[in-house]
Amino acid sequence: MGLLSLAIWVPIAFGVALLAFGRDENARGVRWVALVGAIVSFLVTVPLYTGFQNGTAAMQFVEKGSWIARFNVNYHLGVDGLSLWLVLLTSFITVVVVISAWEVITERVNQYMGAFLILSGFMIGVFAALDGILFYVFFEATLIPMYLIIGIWGGPNKIYAAFKFFIYTLLGSLLMLVALIYLYNKSGGSFDILSWHKLPLGSTAQTFLFFAFFAAFAVKVPMWPVHTWLPDVHVEAPTGGSAVLAAIMLKLGAYGFLRFSMPIAPDASHEWAWLMIALSLIAVIYVGLVALVQEDMKKLVAYSSVAHMGFVTLGFFIFNELGVSGGIVQMIAHGFVSGAMFLGIGVLYDRVHSRQIADYGGVVNTMPKFAAFALLFAMANCGLPGTAGFVGEWMVILGAVKYNFWIGLGSATALIFGAAYTLWMYKRVYLGPVGNDHVKELTDINAREFLMLSLLAIAVLWMGIYPKPFTDVMDVSVTELLRHVATSKLP
Amino acid sequence: MIDKLSWVAIYPEIVLLVMACIIALVDLSDTSPRRTRTYILTLLTLAVVAVLTGITANDGKTIYGFGGMVVSDPMGNWLKCFATVALMVTLVYGRPYAADREMLRGGELFTISMFALLGMFVMISGSNFLLIYLGLELLTLSSYALVALRRDNAVASEAAMKYFVLGAMASGFLLYGLSMLYGATGSLDTNEVFKIIASGKVNHQVLVFGLVFIVAGLAFKVGAAPFHMWVPDVYQGAPTAVTLLIGAAPELAAFAIIIRLLVEGLLPLAIDWQQMLALLAVASLLVGNLAAIAQTNLKRMLAYSTIAQMGFMLLGLVAGVVDGTTYNAQFAYSASMFYIVTYVLTTLASFGIILLLAREGFESEEITDLAGLNQRSPLYAGVMAIAMFSLAGLPPLVGFYAKLAVLQALIASGQAIYIGLAVFAVIMSLIGAFYYLRVVKVMYFDAPLTASTVSAPRDVRAVLSVNGLLILVLGIVPGGLMTLCAKAIVATLAN
Repeated sequence: MGLLSLAIWVPIAFGVALLAFGRDENARGVRWVALVGAIVSFLVTVPLYTGFQNGTAAMQFVEKGSWIARFNVNYHLGVDGLSLWLVLLTSFITVVVVISAWEVITERVNQYMGAFLILSGFMIGVFAALDGILFYVFFEATLIPMYLIIGIWGGPNKIYAAFKFFIYTLLGSLLMLVALIYLYNKSGGSFDILSWHKLPLGSTAQTFLFFAFFAAFAVKVPMWPVHTWLPDVHVEAPTGGSAVLAAIMLKLGAYGFLRFSMPIAPDASHEWAWLMIALSLIAVIYVGLVALVQEDMKKLVAYSSVAHMGFVTLGFFIFNELGVSGGIVQMIAHGFVSGAMFLGIGVLYDRVHSRQIADYGGVVNTMPKFAAFALLFAMANCGLPGTAGFVGEWMVILGAVKYNFWIGLGSATALIFGAAYTLWMYKRVYLGPVGNDHVKELTDINAREFLMLSLLAIAVLWMGIYPKPFTDVMDVSVTELLRHVATSKLP
Repeated sequence: MIDKLSWVAIYPEIVLLVMACIIALVDLSDTSPRRTRTYILTLLTLAVVAVLTGITANDGKTIYGFGGMVVSDPMGNWLKCFATVALMVTLVYGRPYAADREMLRGGELFTISMFALLGMFVMISGSNFLLIYLGLELLTLSSYALVALRRDNAVASEAAMKYFVLGAMASGFLLYGLSMLYGATGSLDTNEVFKIIASGKVNHQVLVFGLVFIVAGLAFKVGAAPFHMWVPDVYQGAPTAVTLLIGAAPELAAFAIIIRLLVEGLLPLAIDWQQMLALLAVASLLVGNLAAIAQTNLKRMLAYSTIAQMGFMLLGLVAGVVDGTTYNAQFAYSASMFYIVTYVLTTLASFGIILLLAREGFESEEITDLAGLNQRSPLYAGVMAIAMFSLAGLPPLVGFYAKLAVLQALIASGQAIYIGLAVFAVIMSLIGAFYYLRVVKVMYFDAPLTASTVSAPRDVRAVLSVNGLLILVLGIVPGGLMTLCAKAIVATLAN
């Protein structure tokens, strides 16, 4: 079994084992097994980075075996510079999420932990799949655990949110399935994604494919105006669910653009780039403004996620190296930062059971350690230099300015809004005098929460101060992708 | 002309017939309320038959018997094998339910269902229109009796009455269509009819006229809209064990007669019947999916979902012949076969859970009766969830590959209209996802109405677990079953 297979199946095996054998009576044991499972699956992914050859755009750690012979579907895995970090990010966030749920989840612990571990395996599968159907299977399969996570452990309006999440994203993916089958027939019976990259396609076909993929990925990212499911879902989802959703699931969509839309339909991508740029800018600016007026912390961070993901898609569709690498870096940075933001809100929610900004005030007085972490993550969310948030946004803005000054200027204003809503929230929640009795009774974070936030803080700082390991890995792959996108595929 | 081979072609039928008679006699001396002896004997017989058909199917040979009246080919034998296994599973699930409702007094449930299976076998192996019709009648007559098995129950009696009247009408349609065909071609032998029509010396109008009636009759039988009216009422009204009896295995036989009549006999008219099937499919998808949303009764919802699923299955048959070439046929028909086989597998699991939850005096028919099942029994909730997600067509469950195969067949035709149909089907299955999800929601998100745990006899528990696991395992490695279906269809098309 190859490394990638292990990365996918180790968490799933642990998850299934928990579902099968875990009981609430021995919740303690269940938690430890889950933690061991998460750590083992993270350790399995580490050699992917250490053994990764920089300087080649070829797929690495490739595994290939026949899966469904009748449709020529293969179990075909591999990572390149575009996907490597996303795999690592997924297994890392899973560890953090398992820690975050430690004492918080007390009912059906085995199902909660199992769902997250299985979800983690599925998501790694999405990033590693090189076969269209394999990709689709993993992409869709992620819906099942997420649906259950939101529905079982969510807030008061969880059922509405779970259905909205499921139906919205399913609609998009089903249209993608039609596109995949179409490509299969066009390519003479192959589901190999890399071979599709070389397939000549007419302009109508490309447009059709582009929009079929758009339906799937834009909803997942989510881009404006199909983003409305995200705030609803975030508000209702349990903390771990929100963290995984923002940190990784949104990236499935962005990754899809890189792996499918751009290389398979390059001419259509160029033709419709204006639309993508326009939607991204609206996400960055308008949704940024929407975030400014939120009363609910989770909603605020959810809208800020939409705005930050707008940077990602903007970076992709300006078709220069800075933009695309910036977009990818932003994906990973946003994974750390948004994950941390949601976990931080979870810390407060566990104590006060409210997410309303108005219910807080002066938390720094009672929870100084926590407030320090929160400040770091808030700074990262505004894109302060030295944190992860800065690198990607800065690269994208630079790329955008190169592409068109006005687009660059537009996207740069987002930094202002980002700083405004994040800092304003920080001020209202953490600073000033103690707001009310609830806040007065708060106790600072315990060792478990400290560990969980430290892990993320280290990641955020490391990426902000020394982003070279991230960019080095992807350089060649991005160049190769852009070369590919620049070549017309019209017959 | 009776040659030695003739008997080989019907060995399973002979075993079934002889044993059904013997079991009926044995049952006279079995006085236990749960009919243990009859039950075990029936299962043993069915196991032998399943193995027998399985071995024959695996040989991959096609044998004609009795002057071409019957055919034993891989497709038929596999379908027989699956139908037998499905009946076995149904009886395992249904026995506790039936025993609680005193439906086991006199072992009719076992003997009649064996005769129903015999009817299916005759339908499946008939190579002559008349024989196919006879098999169909044997099956439906047995089904009428089964639906009415609780004769003191008003709802069941009403369902039986509806089933009988509408079923008789459908049979009339079919018979009328067949006789038109006979009039036009002078033969009832599928291969003969095929050749005569292919030679083009037949009055096309008479043929098409007959075809309309045949397709309408078949649509009645599989419950495709707009001939679906009986399905919800009968599914709901029949005792749940019988609902499963008429809703699982017979679907396989229904698929077989569609192949025998339309493909083996009337393939030269494919252009005509494909259009009709396309309309039926669209109507079924629309009616089934939209009506299912409004249902609060679980059995009724599953009935509408069956209509929708049949619509999807019919779509697979639609794309077989493109521009007069049959290149696509094996993909399309094997996609449909895969669809129906996996559909039966999933239906068994979902009705198995309903049967399990139904206790004495409590039918567990409302969707809300499933509330909090996850807390009462994670295993059964898991099986039901797997079944629902599979019906909704989500990977990595087998239902996804069934839909994938059908969509692939449609898109492979390269015709814009068929690609349009594929997109339509996709949107409809999105609507379908909504009501399947609702069942999962009720099981996992709602609080249980009772705290009692769910218990089941050991045999039911084991079979149900295997059933659920199979839906998942076939979803992870669907290749084998797909290849099997493809080979079976190729062998049938080759004749």
